[in-house]
Amino acid sequence: MSAVSDAFATADRALLVGYLPAGFPSVDAASDALVAMVSAGVDVVEVGLPYSDPVLDGPTIATAVEHALRAGTGVDEVLATVGAVAATGAPSLVMTYWNPVERRGPARFAAELAAAGGNGVILPDLPVEESDDWLAAAGREGLDTVFVVAPSSTDERLRRVTDRCTGFVYASAVMGVTGARDQVGRAAADLVARVRGVSSLPVGVGLGVSTPAQAEQVAEFADAVIVGSAFVRRLLDAADIDAGVTAVAELAGDLATGVRAAGRRAGVPAGPGR
Amino acid sequence: MTAVDLGRTPDPGSPPDAGCPPEAPSLPDATGHFGVYGGRFVPEALVAALDELDQAYCRARVDASFTQELTRLHRTYTGRPSPVTEVPRFAEHAGGARILLKREDLNHTGSHKINNVLGQALLTRRMGKTRVIAETGAGQHGVATATAAALLGLECVVYMGEEDTRRQALNVARMRLLGADVVTVRTGSRTLKDAINEAFRDWVASVDSTHYLLGTVAGPHPFPMMVRDFQRIIGVEARAQVLELTGALPDVVAACVGGGSNAIGIFHAFIPDTGVALVGFEAGGDGVATGRHAATLSAGTPGVLHGTRSYLLQDAQGQTMESHSISAGLDYPGVGPEHAWLRDTGRATYEPVTDAEAMEAFSLLCRTEGIIPAIESAHALAGAMRWGRRLGTTATILVNLSGRGDKDVQTAAGWFGLDPDPDLAIDLVPEPGGTGR
Repeated sequence: MSAVSDAFATADRALLVGYLPAGFPSVDAASDALVAMVSAGVDVVEVGLPYSDPVLDGPTIATAVEHALRAGTGVDEVLATVGAVAATGAPSLVMTYWNPVERRGPARFAAELAAAGGNGVILPDLPVEESDDWLAAAGREGLDTVFVVAPSSTDERLRRVTDRCTGFVYASAVMGVTGARDQVGRAAADLVARVRGVSSLPVGVGLGVSTPAQAEQVAEFADAVIVGSAFVRRLLDAADIDAGVTAVAELAGDLATGVRAAGRRAGVPAGPGR
Repeated sequence: MTAVDLGRTPDPGSPPDAGCPPEAPSLPDATGHFGVYGGRFVPEALVAALDELDQAYCRARVDASFTQELTRLHRTYTGRPSPVTEVPRFAEHAGGARILLKREDLNHTGSHKINNVLGQALLTRRMGKTRVIAETGAGQHGVATATAAALLGLECVVYMGEEDTRRQALNVARMRLLGADVVTVRTGSRTLKDAINEAFRDWVASVDSTHYLLGTVAGPHPFPMMVRDFQRIIGVEARAQVLELTGALPDVVAACVGGGSNAIGIFHAFIPDTGVALVGFEAGGDGVATGRHAATLSAGTPGVLHGTRSYLLQDAQGQTMESHSISAGLDYPGVGPEHAWLRDTGRATYEPVTDAEAMEAFSLLCRTEGIIPAIESAHALAGAMRWGRRLGTTATILVNLSGRGDKDVQTAAGWFGLDPDPDLAIDLVPEPGGTGR
């Protein structure tokens, strides 16, 4: 059982997943912020791999990523960040668009990620139909591969995508790009219910979750609450790096409280393959 | 009236939702692959919309009411068939080869872009969607989309990089006159690549009501196939016209290649004619050796960008590199997947043409034939000069003159150091929100 699956299997509440891109505001500061996140109650960490054409990201993450790229953040820096998170003992996944992985070579990328202490990847733009090479490499290294599903996904499509997921399924709360939103739509709960109809994997909900109240609301029906842009926003708005890390930790603490305020999970699902 | 030939034989036996019937040797395959290229590398949120589009297109292409409507618009609105013009005075500078121009510049809106736009706009209406979005570099696709949106009563938003709104100011004004909302994109390199990113971001959030009217043969399946099918009328017409005019097929078919839609449009009907050389001319910018260019097929490597696997300009980390060209329409670090396949199989070849070579050809066509070409198309003209000098007087070269150069007058005046008359200066692009709108 992978570290990610293990975290879900042993929790009696929804997990809190926190995202930051590597290299923003600097490689060290992003590592510090992610470590502070874990200390403040984040259960699983997503390390973003900065990419030049982030079509699924709204202005908050796109701005941070542009800074990170201009400062020269590449795969090596991402792996170093993963290493810093791994030292905390919290499971970590790399969130990345596909082309940087293809360029590195799937086998090499998977081996390097595993060696750095990473536990898996989230691949928002790799269609499952094109994922054979990656899944073979990830399987050899014991990495989980998380695919993203959307409210527009048909049930047939949900089945096909979740069949190839390991660790958990990432459900987009809304149709749109990353970024904080006032409301997490009804669509999220419906989508989680539909995923549960075709898969026994845990389901995490992301895109738009930014406040403790939203985290609590999502934790009532999902197995994980995924927060990204709200953390990045804390770093963007901070006067300096220390203040940014402090602000990230504060938000992590508030969100962790929100997640814990939700009802306990009815029972830890014990599906096959977990 | 014959209907538009979209390149496939209708198969009445197949159910309407079965996708396009596979027909060897026609590509792509059912999942949008041209060999190892193509495919559909998009967020899952867009998969349902791409499936819907694929099915709608596959039904439409064999529906006489659709093809006849498109044919009627081509004839009565666009002005098709576009003529073929022989240019003997220009040809004197091309080794005396026989040079024939396929005059897509004479289409309504001034380029080949209208061929694809009318097809997709009719499809938008068939799908019950009320809004179209588009990316544009040179502005020709944006103008064509704004035109079709006005014609069919669709809401229209065009994304355009800030750098391109500056160098193609005339087309920004045209789009606004036609009722489109032009959104200036200020991320990344502020050119076509970034306009496409922004259009995808819009589409992910608006896909229920909105069709992304992509302007070239790139992007996720079915766009490379569908846009090619809408553009292949160029080559179908030209092949018959050249045969009638000369009694033989041309030796060379030349076209400029950015994303590759005009090139695939004129190449496609000639692909079975193995004696005809198909040559694409990419933007060489300051020269490929300088690194400041957009010669994706000449100097790029295979990778994934904007939903498709093809050649692209990328660094060792897989990050897209910025392209450079005097021509906004060719200033793109990717290229359509069918061109990648044609390159690898050797059926087509691709060469860079520098800014300087393109502008020399631009000037020559103006002064020898009284035709002001788009700077994009001037790259194909420069390529024809190169091949004409190589092949000599016995060769016939068909050039796709994909667009007219009115939009490029400011850029050309700057290049040639022409002194603009201050009394003629007009503010072509009022600030957004100004009274000029």
